[in-house]
Amino acid sequence: MTATLRLLAAEFETALGADSVITDRQRLRTYECDGLAHHRVVPAIVVLPETAEQTATVVKACATARVPFVARGSGTGLSGGALPHAEGVLIVTSRMRRILEVDPANERAVVEPGVINLDVTRAAAPHGYYFAPDPSSQQVCSVGGNVAENSGGAHCLKYGFTTNHVLGVEVVTPDGELVWFGGTTHDAPGYDLLGAFVGSEGTLGITTKIVVRLLRAPEAVRCLLAAFPGVDEAGTAVSSIISDGVVPAAIEMMDALAIEAAEAAVQCGYPQGAGAVLIVELDGPAAEVEHTFGAVEQRCTEAGAFEIRIARDDAERALFWKGRKSAFAAVGRISPDYIVQDGVIPRTVLPAVLRKITELACGTGVRVANVFHAGDGNLHPLVLFDDAIPGEAQAAEEVSGAILDLCISHGGSITGEHGVGMDKSQYMPRMFTDDDLDTMQRLRCAFDPAGVSNPGKVFPTPRLCGEVPGRHKAPHPLQAAGLAEQF
Amino acid sequence: MTTRRRTPSRGGGDTAAASVIDELRAVCDDVRTATPDDAVDGIRPVLVARPGDPDGVSTVLRASTANGLRAVARGAGTRSTWGAAPTAVDLVLDVSRLDAVLTHAAGDLVVTVQPGLALADLQAALAPHRQRLALDGCTPRGTIGGTVATAFSGPLRYRFGSVRDLVIGITVVLADGTVAKSGGTVVKNVAGYDLGKLYTGSLGTLGVITELTFRLHPLPEARRWVTVTTPDPRRAAVAVAAVRGSQNDPVAMEVDRPGPGAPVTVGVALEGVEEGIGARADEVARLLGADAVVADAPPDWWATLPHDPSTGTGAVLTAEPTALATVLADAPGALRGSAGVGVLAVGLDPATVATDLAALRRLASAHGGSAVLRCAPPDVKAELDVWGPVSALPLMRRLKDEFDPQHRLAPGRFVGGI
Repeated sequence: MTATLRLLAAEFETALGADSVITDRQRLRTYECDGLAHHRVVPAIVVLPETAEQTATVVKACATARVPFVARGSGTGLSGGALPHAEGVLIVTSRMRRILEVDPANERAVVEPGVINLDVTRAAAPHGYYFAPDPSSQQVCSVGGNVAENSGGAHCLKYGFTTNHVLGVEVVTPDGELVWFGGTTHDAPGYDLLGAFVGSEGTLGITTKIVVRLLRAPEAVRCLLAAFPGVDEAGTAVSSIISDGVVPAAIEMMDALAIEAAEAAVQCGYPQGAGAVLIVELDGPAAEVEHTFGAVEQRCTEAGAFEIRIARDDAERALFWKGRKSAFAAVGRISPDYIVQDGVIPRTVLPAVLRKITELACGTGVRVANVFHAGDGNLHPLVLFDDAIPGEAQAAEEVSGAILDLCISHGGSITGEHGVGMDKSQYMPRMFTDDDLDTMQRLRCAFDPAGVSNPGKVFPTPRLCGEVPGRHKAPHPLQAAGLAEQF
Repeated sequence: MTTRRRTPSRGGGDTAAASVIDELRAVCDDVRTATPDDAVDGIRPVLVARPGDPDGVSTVLRASTANGLRAVARGAGTRSTWGAAPTAVDLVLDVSRLDAVLTHAAGDLVVTVQPGLALADLQAALAPHRQRLALDGCTPRGTIGGTVATAFSGPLRYRFGSVRDLVIGITVVLADGTVAKSGGTVVKNVAGYDLGKLYTGSLGTLGVITELTFRLHPLPEARRWVTVTTPDPRRAAVAVAAVRGSQNDPVAMEVDRPGPGAPVTVGVALEGVEEGIGARADEVARLLGADAVVADAPPDWWATLPHDPSTGTGAVLTAEPTALATVLADAPGALRGSAGVGVLAVGLDPATVATDLAALRRLASAHGGSAVLRCAPPDVKAELDVWGPVSALPLMRRLKDEFDPQHRLAPGRFVGGI
């Protein structure tokens, strides 16, 4: 550890207490990766602040020493957004885990960043309310992480993403100041810094308090599971449901390989012989849901569903979802290793893109299981490989990249909800021009001119703040002269 | 080049101006000398350029900034009295020729448009597909670009969110002519920073919008409006809370109070299918009280401002929803807006606007909100603090410095003199 880092660690111990600072290599290893486990970096220092003020103290010290810092919540992110910096500080928010206020009359709650997503809904449920963003990891992921990643989930088709459900955040900016963006009401005067901050993947600072919106629980929820011969038929059903003017709470699809994995893992008992299953969920006032549900059922039948099951109660509904929600982990049953992609395409090109993914898989011999949020075109292809077999990892990476190219060429996005992180930053120039990326850098430079807040994430080769925009081929003159560093 | 408030920026006759005109005419086929009608909030520009395509916006802005001109973007010009008055304007960049629907992917519920398109014209183009942009306008001619730049949302925001929640992609031209986009054409997308949020409500101070992509929603099969009028502000607030706490899934919850002490009308909008909507409307009527009325059309004040949007004096008051009774009882002016969200428009008398605005700010600060002077005639506005307290202002200034280092875009029009 460098002298600077040793001094920082000592400073943190004085300010926060020794039990909030980790420098022991063995204990540091606990934090070497997030949900993207094949990327590992052991941080120099881990701190576990308990308050906003402590967080600000830590960040200010990092800024003064020009030491990079990375924020981490529960570490469930799938894009390496919380991957530590070897010469930096990892700020873990898991000790800031208090629900400060639940205010159903104003339809909001105030929570600390380490609070678990599902615990917000648990706290609101007795009042008839819930927190809408529901990433599959909602039993363990933190609200602070949801804010950083602008997390989605199966139900964001109807209800939107984290950015639509946050009213305000208290933030420690990269220079260590505590400020509020937004608050307990809408439409705060000035630039929408809240909107810019949500989804910025830890590059614009760290949240220390979050005001979330709570939604009134719907009167009725109906869920069906429809089995189709293949993904084409299931895709047709999705299109005709949407073109009827129905916005279901969720429409999820799994293909044969994903179903096989889920059956092996959790015995969800999906219909035998299905080439694809759809889970469609509707919610709202009972009379509306009843009427629309019938229409959805009919559309599935018309599109070629050979079996439709309707959940009679919450237990059956949970069973339908069990297979879907366990799909990522379940793939472990049929393949030692896999890459999860998160590309998005316009819903209408779903069948065409799925066919091309199949062709890609056939052409390379790499197996791809498809699980996705069909309603909003968010694909989660699981690219399977065995790292023990030479060349397989490389082939899987190539297929994975080709799938992202497919998404971009069809007018989509490289990530719908997992974030860019360090995993997909190299794909950003395929989606955005140099001017687009440089313009985004202007926002970053306003917040973090020193480039200490989660450096190396989201953007491929960011310019140094204060320099003229434009990609640089050679090292920056300041870097070459040893006067500046690009983290 | 310094210019004081409310004086024309520069004489049209000097040679420097003449050479700038030549330069602008070289890149844009529609450049003219400004008239008094082109004044932005009382500040008269020298020139008006009306490029015919997005590239034209870029070349005009590049030339304009290189010559030290200060530019203000304009659509239909219906909201040029919104925000603070610019400290100076040399050039109005009129985007009204950029009025196309570029792509409407009906099956994907996504539309990409140019900023000069009138919101009403977009809705008319979408309606045959039984779709809509779930936003209410406030002026018949108002453009999409103006709606985004002013972040204007009406009653539907209760269910569908405000402008910021519906923009999924944006292309802008920065002061130096750089063309940049963020977001895209798919609803679900977290790649890169969401600059659409930053530009929404920025009053043209960070760049000129040249393209916008929105998520759309289906037009409902059936609609009902349930209203009740009561002299008792508390009863009105209780009614709103009762509906919000119910499971009838309203798409809008509005109030209208024509003046202090006047009766309050609560209006709730429902959307859905014919089969179920009647029963829901009856249930909402029951929650609103014995004299509630169910109708197939909105009340005449629905989705309008309680002041003239272009020439009137008005404010925006935000407060926690539970403060509604207090607000309805104590706030000055004419109140109308989204009670369910806690955002109300206030129509004010120019003669008493200073004391009224102060009263609104006291109310707002007691209930977690803010009171901003939305619009007022230039001579009225000159004496007032348009914005009130603003959190994180130093960061906002740094943002402006990054996006528009020479402060050439609508200088002075935004918070803190940005």
